[in-house]
Amino acid sequence: MKPHFIALAVSGMLLVGSLCVAQKDSHPEKPAKNSAHDYTELTKAPEKARVKPNPFEKDPDAAIAGQFLFENHCAECHGEAGIGGKKAPSLRAQEVQNASSGTLFWLLTSGVTRKGMPVWSKLPEAQRWQIVRYLKSLGPKPDANPDKPASPTAR
Amino acid sequence: MLRPTRFLASSLFLTVCFALFPPAPRAQEKPYIVTYDQFLEEPRSLEVEYFSTFGTQRDGNQFHSYWLELEYGATAWWTTEFYLDAQTTFHDSTVYTGFRWENRFRPLRREHFINPVLYVEYERVNGADKLLKEVEGHDVESNFAVPNAAARQEIKNELELKLILGSNFKGWNVSENFLSVKNLAGEPWEFGYALGASRPLALKGAPKRCNFCPQNFVAGVEMYGGLGDTASFGLRETSHYLAPVVAWNMPSGWTLRASPTFGLNDNSRRFMIRWGVAKEFSGFGDLVKKLFGGRS
Repeated sequence: MKPHFIALAVSGMLLVGSLCVAQKDSHPEKPAKNSAHDYTELTKAPEKARVKPNPFEKDPDAAIAGQFLFENHCAECHGEAGIGGKKAPSLRAQEVQNASSGTLFWLLTSGVTRKGMPVWSKLPEAQRWQIVRYLKSLGPKPDANPDKPASPTAR
Repeated sequence: MLRPTRFLASSLFLTVCFALFPPAPRAQEKPYIVTYDQFLEEPRSLEVEYFSTFGTQRDGNQFHSYWLELEYGATAWWTTEFYLDAQTTFHDSTVYTGFRWENRFRPLRREHFINPVLYVEYERVNGADKLLKEVEGHDVESNFAVPNAAARQEIKNELELKLILGSNFKGWNVSENFLSVKNLAGEPWEFGYALGASRPLALKGAPKRCNFCPQNFVAGVEMYGGLGDTASFGLRETSHYLAPVVAWNMPSGWTLRASPTFGLNDNSRRFMIRWGVAKEFSGFGDLVKKLFGGRS
C-alpha cells in the first residue's frame, strides 16, 4: 500500500471519528433571545397568501402529523416544540401565534433564504399545512415552565 | 489504481460510523440520479452520498462506476459539492477517474411557479470516466470501449454550466436542466438536457413515526441525453436515456435511490442499473466550528 493512501485513510478516519464524537455532544441549545426583527418577514406576506385558510383546520390528526414533520425538518433550528434555538427564533412568540395560517404557510413555502431559512416547498403542500396546524396548536410560550411543550391537539 | 476492497472497507467504516451515531433526522430528497431539482441543501448541513452505476457495453466490457459526493449547504441560497469518481471495467481494471467541484445558486428570494437555480462546475477527469452523471454533446456507447490503460492517459479540465428550472404542481415536482460543457483545452461547447418528474406516494404526513409510510417514498421518471455541440447542434449521433426512479426517505435521515435505465437509441447503452445511498448530517458546519473551538 502506498504511503499517501495510508495517510489519506488515517486522516479520513480521524476526521470522521472526530465528527462522530462531536455528534454525541447533545447539550440542549439555549433558546435565542428574539428581537422584533426576526419576525418582520411575516409582515411581507401578500394579501392573497395571508387569507388562505388551512384545509386541515378541523383535522385532529393534522397537528400530530405536523409535530412529526416539525421534529424531522424544523426542530434542528427552531428548537424542540418551537421554543427557539441558536439559529432561529421562537415560533411561540406572539408575532407567530397571531399570524394567520396563510401567512405561516407562505413563509414556510418561500423561506427567508437571505437570512438562512431554506425554502420548504420541497415538502408537499399538505405537509406544509400540517406543520402550520401544529405551530398554531402550540400557543404562546408558557412563562412558568418553558421546557414543557404544549399538546399538539390543544387547539 | 484503486482496489475495490479498499473502497468497500472505507464504505463499510463510514456506514458503521453513521449507524452508531445517528444525527438529527432530516431528509426529503427527490429520487432523481441525473436531473437536479430546484432545492438546495439546508444551511450548514452535510450530505454524504454514494452512487453506483452498472452498465452494459456492446463490443466491450461491462462496467461499474461509482462516486462519493459531499454536499454542503453553505447558505440557504448556495450549495457546494465535491465529488470523487472511480470505475471498474470488468476483465480490465479499476481506476480513479477524477474529481468535480460544483456550486449551485438560487438567485430569487421567493418561491415562484418556475424556480431557477444556476449551476457552475469544474471537473478534472480522465478519459476513463464512465460516471454518466450527465450526458452531453456526442457522448455515445462506443466511447467506453477503449481500455482503461489507454483511456486514462487523456486528462480533461472541463467547465460545466447548467440552468436548472423546477416547479411544484399538485404534489408533482417537475425539473428541467439545460447544460453546456466546455473542455478548457479549446474544444467546442457541448450541450445536453435532463428532465424529471416525481411525486411522493402520499402527500399528507402520517400521524405516526414510520419507515414504510407512503409519504416516505417518492417515485418518478427522468430522461436525459446529449444535444451535440456548437459545431453540430442537434440530435445526430447523440445518446438518450429514460429511467424510472424511486427514492425512500427514512426518518433516520438515510435516503436510498434506485433507477433502472434504458437506452433510447442505437448510440445509447442498452441498460444500466443505478442506485445511491445518502445520509444527511444536520448542523455539520456548527460541529466543525465546535471542533475548532468556535461557537456554533
